[in-house]
Amino acid sequence: MPSIAPLDTEPESLGHVEWAGFVGGNPVFAGVSGAVHLLADRHRVIEAHDGLLAACPGIDGKVLLTSGEDGKVCAIDSTGGLAVLAEHKGKWIDRLAAGPGSAVGYAAGKTATVLSGKDSKEIVSERSIEGLAFAPKGMRLAIARYNGVELHWINTASPPQFLDWKGAHTGAVFSPDGRYVVSQMQENALHGWRLADGRHMRMTGYPAKVHSVSWSVKGKWLATSGAPAAITWPFSGKDGPMGKAPKELGSMGNLLVTKVACHPQEEIVAIGYEDGMVAAVRIEDGKEALLKRAGKGAISALNWDGQGRRLAFGSAAGEAGIIDLGGSPTDG
Amino acid sequence: MPETAETSQQIPVTVLTGYLGAGKTTLLNRILSEDHGRKYAVIVNEFGEIGIDNDLIVETDEEIYEMNNGCICCTVRGDLIRVVQNLMKRPGRFDAVIVETTGLADPAPVAQTFFMDDDVRAKSRLDSVIALADAKHLLLRLKDSPEAEDQIAFADIVLLNKTDLVEADELAHVEAVIRQINPSARIYRTSRAEVDLKEILEQGRFDLARAIENDPQFLEFDDAHVCGPDCDHDHHHDHHGHDHHDHHGHHHHDHECGPDCDHDHQHGGHHHGLDEKIHDTTIGTVSLSGGELDPQKFFPWIQAITQTDGPDILRLKGIVAFRDDPERYVVQGIHMIIEGDHQRPWKDDEQRRSRVVFIGRNLDREKLERTFAACAA
Repeated sequence: MPSIAPLDTEPESLGHVEWAGFVGGNPVFAGVSGAVHLLADRHRVIEAHDGLLAACPGIDGKVLLTSGEDGKVCAIDSTGGLAVLAEHKGKWIDRLAAGPGSAVGYAAGKTATVLSGKDSKEIVSERSIEGLAFAPKGMRLAIARYNGVELHWINTASPPQFLDWKGAHTGAVFSPDGRYVVSQMQENALHGWRLADGRHMRMTGYPAKVHSVSWSVKGKWLATSGAPAAITWPFSGKDGPMGKAPKELGSMGNLLVTKVACHPQEEIVAIGYEDGMVAAVRIEDGKEALLKRAGKGAISALNWDGQGRRLAFGSAAGEAGIIDLGGSPTDG
Repeated sequence: MPETAETSQQIPVTVLTGYLGAGKTTLLNRILSEDHGRKYAVIVNEFGEIGIDNDLIVETDEEIYEMNNGCICCTVRGDLIRVVQNLMKRPGRFDAVIVETTGLADPAPVAQTFFMDDDVRAKSRLDSVIALADAKHLLLRLKDSPEAEDQIAFADIVLLNKTDLVEADELAHVEAVIRQINPSARIYRTSRAEVDLKEILEQGRFDLARAIENDPQFLEFDDAHVCGPDCDHDHHHDHHGHDHHDHHGHHHHDHECGPDCDHDHQHGGHHHGLDEKIHDTTIGTVSLSGGELDPQKFFPWIQAITQTDGPDILRLKGIVAFRDDPERYVVQGIHMIIEGDHQRPWKDDEQRRSRVVFIGRNLDREKLERTFAACAA
């Protein structure tokens, strides 16, 4: 078992951990109360929001973007520097995405806003915006909503593309090569589209909603939560996962997987479970290593550092810490 | 059929429906400003006239999502799923949640959200659906909008508000219409939405098992009897007085025409004449009763009925005595969603009878009665 350094704070005060990971190489933990814990040269706590609803790192990994019940969108660096990027009083901003060139996308109701440099652009959808994601290349934003996913070019007047599929889409991601868009659905399923020809991919059979997805290095695999194993779909062939069965990794009895995070360099997925346990599993052969025993709450946040040596975790009960793997995560 | 979920860690949610002008904002303002020692998170479509500063008033855009299962009545409120999930990440800030719907809202998607979404269901439970009705304008609303009728039919509690604006006989008539649409709702007569909040909030009126425990006569009404305007004048003073409430432990000062009143004034099955206004209602009730049932027949029956007639069934509620089963079974449903559970052992002095009540449109009484009778043990 690798060493675990718990975050020095009361779980009750941190609350549900919305995001845990590394910013500028230093551990950062964001709780739903709005307190963000930064462990750079020393332990700092900044009250970023009166109620934090979403957090994700900037593309360069040097800031944490956050949004909250106070209608603010913020960028926080690892030494506690905080910039308020936008403020919409009375709106709960719970959808946030980081784009190329420090672009930031966020949404409230039917309106998405993209901040890029000094520019701000609004996109109004016909339905409530449920999910946001930037394409890996080019300023292109995916908006997940009822009955499909809209793709908008931000800097050109090109008309949006619409990927339709009946039902409520609550989130979306691009594959790292930009060839696929995969959405999470209100039903216990994912839906995918190959952008070149719009071909559909249905990924079903989950017993619970899929709240967490993660692409393996170079996008060969898509690991997902929502089942008592990390359901991991193959995307390396020219047809993606179509007609292929996914791998079921890290099965621990009936324990539901709540969070997945793929290793930044190796084909390994870190898996967080509903009982607070964390494991690392090699995708190729399913070899497992237990990293953290069960705790008080479901794993709600899980991210590797850039080298894949440390793993930051957080739980719905406010537990948080750093797992230091030292060597390779599946050795021993 | 799913078992009723564990209720201990679930935050109670009250749904507030009612037409524009019925008094929802007045009631909300009272809930938010009165010193009752409880904290409520309130989900609204418009901040509108709520003149109270409160961190826990959340504005959302109503988003009706049809579930991708081919069932047109399986709808949920997508915006509620999101707000409830966000709220529940920070428990401890509030004791209960209130959802205010727009005047035109169909209450079914709101209620179904608390049954069809597993994440929401794990953290919250529907406590009751309250409909506000404006005593002066309800009959007009019922003429021109099916939503107004749905809201009444769906309610566990109806606040018949603005009673000060109508004469006593008009009020009695409006109440009779409400009773016809929904015989099992608890009705409170109010003006300026003045009702003891303890009577309507966190009382678990949606929870059939609890409603029956609090009020043993809950489903004991005979739908052959229509509490029409002509009979209402008479038994008003006889059965609905304060004395009547006291033995149930109620201490409010509003008139309440509970379902328990009805069994007192049965008239040997004779139907009261209905005047034209009552004919404007399209929602009816079919109440079935029988002895012990065969579970091997009952479950397929209720599954089939809700599959075929689900879109027309707004609510169903039942207490069932199964043959050789020492516990009584409680079942309830909204459209095609049904759930049931064993509630508690039958008491020695209780008659082992089964009752199932359907509230809906175009209900085929003959078919329901015949097929229900075939479930007998």
